[in-house]
Amino acid sequence: MSRALPTGARVGLVSCEACGLLSRPASPENPGSCPRCGEVLAFRRRDAIQRTWALVIAASILYLPANILPVMTTTTLRSTAADTILSGVLRLYATGSWVLALIVLVASVMIPLVKLAALAYLLVTVQRGSIRRMRERARLYRLLKAIGRWSMLDVFVATFVVALIQLRPLMSVTPGNGVLFFAAVVILTIFAADSFDPRLIWDSGGEERGGDD
Amino acid sequence: MASRSADIVACPDCDLVQRIPPLPPRGSARCPRCGRPLGADKPGSLDRTLALAVAALILLFLANVEPLMGLSAAGRETSTTILGGARTMWLQGEKVAAVLVALAVVVAPALEICFLLAILLAARRPPAPRWVGTLLRWTEISGVWSMLEVMLLGILVALVKIASLATVEPGIGFFAVGALVFLLAAISATFDPGEVWARVRWANGDGPWPPEGSGRTEAQR
Repeated sequence: MSRALPTGARVGLVSCEACGLLSRPASPENPGSCPRCGEVLAFRRRDAIQRTWALVIAASILYLPANILPVMTTTTLRSTAADTILSGVLRLYATGSWVLALIVLVASVMIPLVKLAALAYLLVTVQRGSIRRMRERARLYRLLKAIGRWSMLDVFVATFVVALIQLRPLMSVTPGNGVLFFAAVVILTIFAADSFDPRLIWDSGGEERGGDD
Repeated sequence: MASRSADIVACPDCDLVQRIPPLPPRGSARCPRCGRPLGADKPGSLDRTLALAVAALILLFLANVEPLMGLSAAGRETSTTILGGARTMWLQGEKVAAVLVALAVVVAPALEICFLLAILLAARRPPAPRWVGTLLRWTEISGVWSMLEVMLLGILVALVKIASLATVEPGIGFFAVGALVFLLAAISATFDPGEVWARVRWANGDGPWPPEGSGRTEAQR
């Protein structure tokens, strides 16, 4: 493989991110808007690397209070107990539903971590112009976009437990600030995955140098 | 075979320019370089999706007005709807989470389904007006923030958590959400946005690109 593969950017064609139409802009510096749907055209998402880094770093910082602060506080006649995400998982495990405990652990604790670590890995490899495992990295990116939403799980759990258990003075549950940080992490990681441009993975042109697979 | 410009695309994930060959019935295409799905043959896409979307609209209504679950403890009974959950969070001071919950499971799914209905009705007679393209874009964005399936699992976990404290029972709303999640999955399997895009009137007023297709190109899809 000595010939460069025909990517849109190399042959001067730009693909619309809204409707998928491939068109040849009048000037490559200023591609203008899509002739079919009117969306602003760009060969690559603008400032993709900087924006994604900023969102990844912000989400990583918020991930700490999200896990340290309580998400729910249960008050009964005799006692008050504050639960973080992790202690909630342990409580679920202790009451015998280890399947649900595992689901919450994966969705709330592991998915955000994996997503942040994987985005950082994609960013670093793109910045270094790596030509290794491009197909795997492309697949990793698609996986990240699909799983991110599941970390909202605990926000919903808290919402409905709080909504139902309002039997004052017998028993009541109030939400804690962990929920706020948790929701923020989910929003930021969704935006982070959206601002990354997967085409950057391929722009170092590994195939031509025989580096891939 | 004449080259059809509508079949030439650049992969959204790796920018490889390629022609999508005519697909066999129910066949699908993937990018040979990065493996991204690039399209699928979905027979009767617009009609089937319309039927599913109408059903989804009815279930969406049920899911929002009927109680999700009820609880009885020490002779007292309470129940909550989806919006009731968001409202309690708001009253308890978690306003950001309350807004996010309302957006993710009430506003986004409602917009997604209503936009889709409008698109499908307007696209039945090509050329479809330009706002159909705008709505398609908004449908896609609503889909990203629509998290009913996550909420369904969240309700299950909440039910188990509460079960150790009191007697809980899922309500009609819960089953409506379950059916709605199933319908939304069916909609994403049958809906082909490309078919709608091919019917939308172009923003620049002069038909498809490149000019050698001269107007016939979009009609052939």
